[in-house]
Formats: sequence, C-alpha cells, structure tokens
Amino acid sequence: MKQLLILSGKGGTGKTTVAAAFIKLSACKAYADCDVDAPNLHLIINSSVLPISKPFWGMPKYKIDSTQCLGCGKCYQVCRFDAIHQFSLGFVIDPIACEGCATCTLVCPIQCIKETPHHVGNLMLYKSQTLFSTAKLNPGGGNSGLLVTEVKKQLRQESTADFEIIDGSPGIGCPVIASMNNADLVLLVTEPSLSGLSDLDRVAITAEKLHIPTVVCINKVEVYSAIIDEIIDYCHKKNIPMIGIIPYDKTVPKNINLGISIIDTDSIAKKSIIEIFTKVKQILYETKER
Amino acid sequence: MKIAVLSGKGGTGKTLCAVNLTAVSPGSIYVDCDIEEPDGHLFFKPKTIQSEKVTVFFPKINALLCNGCRKCVDFCRFNALAMVHNCITVFPEVCHACGGCAIICPVLAISDGKLEIGVIDDGTVSAIRIISGTLNPGRESGVPIINKMAKMIENTQDLVFIDCPPGSSCATVESIRIADFCILVTEPTRFGAHDLEMVHELIISENKPCAAILNKIDSSDDPSETYCIEKGIPIMGKIPYDPELGRINSEGLVAAWEKESYKIQFAKILSRIIEEASHETVANPKR
Repeated sequence: MKQLLILSGKGGTGKTTVAAAFIKLSACKAYADCDVDAPNLHLIINSSVLPISKPFWGMPKYKIDSTQCLGCGKCYQVCRFDAIHQFSLGFVIDPIACEGCATCTLVCPIQCIKETPHHVGNLMLYKSQTLFSTAKLNPGGGNSGLLVTEVKKQLRQESTADFEIIDGSPGIGCPVIASMNNADLVLLVTEPSLSGLSDLDRVAITAEKLHIPTVVCINKVEVYSAIIDEIIDYCHKKNIPMIGIIPYDKTVPKNINLGISIIDTDSIAKKSIIEIFTKVKQILYETKER
Repeated sequence: MKIAVLSGKGGTGKTLCAVNLTAVSPGSIYVDCDIEEPDGHLFFKPKTIQSEKVTVFFPKINALLCNGCRKCVDFCRFNALAMVHNCITVFPEVCHACGGCAIICPVLAISDGKLEIGVIDDGTVSAIRIISGTLNPGRESGVPIINKMAKMIENTQDLVFIDCPPGSSCATVESIRIADFCILVTEPTRFGAHDLEMVHELIISENKPCAAILNKIDSSDDPSETYCIEKGIPIMGKIPYDPELGRINSEGLVAAWEKESYKIQFAKILSRIIEEASHETVANPKR
C-alpha cells in the first residue's frame, strides 16, 4: 500500500483542488480529508451516498463543582494553560483552554474537580465503491491531532486499496504532524509568492524531521516571476524534487463552485496536473515500503 | 481597540488585509498569531528590537532521587512518560507541558527542564510595532506563544490588528480572545464560504461582534457574500480580483505603501471598520 499526503504550509495554494483531481485521475478507491477544522474535499467529491457519522470523544476535560468549591485557588495556581478563571463565587474552568491534563485534580483539597466527556467533532465515512473518510471539528475544538489520527484509522480499518490519497491541512502543527503518520510521500503544493516559499520551507523542515520524503509543485502560476526561480533554487538546495508548475486558470474556482472537476474540463491546468500526477506515482513507487 | 482578522479557509487574504490595514494606521500594533506560518514580517521587514524565546514546562528527571514508584507514569494523561529499564523516560513529542508529573512525584525528583517551543520578535517599522510569534517546526502546539503575545498587548490603548491562524480550532480561539472586534476575510468560492461558516460559528460562540471584507471578487456569484447577507454580517469593503495587487503581495511588498490607490482603498475600509466597531462596543459595553 502506498499513501500520498498533500500539504502546503500556506493555506489556499490549492491542496484540495489538486487532491480532488488526483482522486479522479487515479480512480482512487480510498481517500481522506485531514483538514478537520476547515474540511472542503466533500464539497467537490459529490458522493452519491450519505456518510456514516459518529461522534468523536477526545480526552476528557475537567469541571469544578461550584456548589462545593472552597475558592482556595490552588487549581488556578497550577494550571499552565490559563484555563481556570476566578469569579466572585469561586473558580471556573474554560473548556476550550482546558487540555484535560488533570493537574488541577491533584491539588484540590476537597476533590471537587471532576472529569467530563469532551465532544471534539464528528467523524464521517462515505462508503460506496470508494471509501472517503473525513471529519468536522467543533468550533474552537482542541485535540485536532487526535481527530486526524481517527480519520486515518477509520480509512485504514476498511480499506483494501493499494493507493490512498490524503488531503492535509495548512500549517505545521498537530493536525499536520498527525496526518504525516504512515504517509509514504508528501506532495507540497506551493504558490509563487514570498509567503508561499517561507511557509513551504517550514512544512518541508517538519516533514524532514519525521523522515518523510517530499516533492514540490508550484500552483497558480500566472506569469514568470523571480520568486519561481527562488522556489526552484530552494528545492535544488534542499534536494527536494520540483516536479511541475500548474498555470493559473480562473475557470478552476468557477468550476469548483459548480461542482465540476478540473479533469472533466479542458482547463489549461489539467495537462500539468496529469504530468505531475504521473511523476508523483513514479516517485511513490520508487520509495521503499514503510 | 483590538481587531482580529480571520477567515476559516487559508489563502483568502487575511495577511493581505491585516498588513495593509495596519500600514494605513501609523502608531498601531500588528500581532502575527499565525505562529505555524507567520508571514506578516516578510511584508513589514521590521527592525527587531527584542527577541524572546518561549519555553514551556518539560519534565527533568533526577534519577538519583527517583524511587521508581511510577506515579508520574500512571498519572500522565498523554502517555508522555514511561519506565524503561527502571528509569523514567520522557517523550517530548507527546508531552503537553502540564507539570502534573512534578506535582505528583512524592520525592520531588521532577523539576522544570524548560523546553523552547518558539520565539516572539518585537520590532518596529514606520511608527508601527510588529509583534510576531514563530513556532519551532516539529512542535505540535503554539498556543503558549499566542497566549504570551496576548499578555503583551492586553492593556494597550493603541489600535491593534491581530493576524489569526486559518481554521477554527483552539489556536484561532486563543487569537481572538482579547479582540474587541473580528474581521472575516472571504473569497468567492464554495470552499471559502464553507469555512467562513465554521469560523463564524466560532465567533458567535465566543460572543464577539464581527464584519466582513469580501476579497478577490469578480463578476461571478459569490457564495461568501450570500452567506454574509443571510447572516446579517456587515460588509466593510470589497476588494476586486486584481493581478497587480496579487503581484505586489506575492513579492512581499505592502500594497498601501507602494501605490496611492491601494492606500486609499484600505483607508476607506479601515474607517468603516472603526465606525462599525465603535458602534458595536458602545452598544455592548461589556465587550
């Protein structure tokens, strides 16, 4: 089995658009959206079935029983997440800031801090001839890394496919790190801007730390600019294969709004995406089984 | 007044708006809370006055004091500690820096080893203060960096623009916590509208007033605008899709400093925001 993960560092470079095109091109049988706090792949996949949805419970959080609280403030002093606030009637734990570490329970003299279940979000599995695993984090939810791990686990448990495509999230933090687990190759989709390059560097360093091979493509290229050379130089220096450039095509977002895949249009971006996909597959099958 | 700029989806123009609104407000403060991918400094190129490392608690085990009772191992909710060959081993990738192990240890064998997770740069350019937080690659959470920056500015009377991370997770909540007003930057796509809805729900649950800037608009239908109208989110300005603005921005230049017309455009949006936000804060003084 080979798993391709698509990341970018910077948001809005075209991860989901490229992922959806690859899914269509390869008639991929198993794929997932790991961008749990802004999932979009389901909007373009147009699955004919309804998803099987189940709640995901993360690490429990803690709650102070205000009827018993003595107001000693010991919990407030030890909480390193600034999650405990003082009010006129005692202390209250902010469920968003609470990490569920339970340190406060160690110091409460009357044990009036209790565990409470924490609903992080919902897992969804679209099951037809293909498997599509995704999730939606509740607003302000923590544990997004755990939810990403569940999205991937849900896919793995049911999938018999020999090739999987995973759409990742922007940034370099917990959901990105969780999505890298078991990936054989990361395709980094960047854009020709200084921000795109700076963010590409940070996500490439993160993948390097986890020993996952990467390749780069540049999306939304309108005209030649010096920054393209900078990105190519960067990849060369870091020894990361730069495998293609996708021209900017304003019909792409319009077609996405209409729910039409690039692969079904005669977009100028389509040809490059097909070439990039061929190279990705080639490199992916050269990498050793993990 | 503290104004948070956010979007849900990445790449809609949060940083473009936050940077240019700041650029037309001399004397203001720009705070980059997108600690995983901070880009504001690329535009402002501030002269750094101070750089401060951000550290979190990290269990440092004194093997001479440890009596092998395993209380720390059993307590840790994140499985960050294990007993290997009669020695306590810490797994830094999963440690959440809560400090519980140091409290539960009966023989005081665990102390704070202080682990560096990132840095806060505090600098200036053209009478604007630039505070920028950066998470070290490989670290899972930058929330402590965001909280530290929030403390640096919570009592200021200056105008503050907070450039928030994308998404709608805990890092976004922490970024808007001290904000008086939120600005949602949208793009005319289904993806943008979907994520706008997610982050708007978050703003409602946090009880913050908000308004929107519609970015990259063209002649086609804008599902984000439809959402704003349906939900009664006031629109502060519309930025047309503009290849020249895109080029200036991609080169890491501040559009409002490069061309008079962009300066006027962002100054107009800013004055509408200030008017709307003052109205909101007067109507709801608790905010």
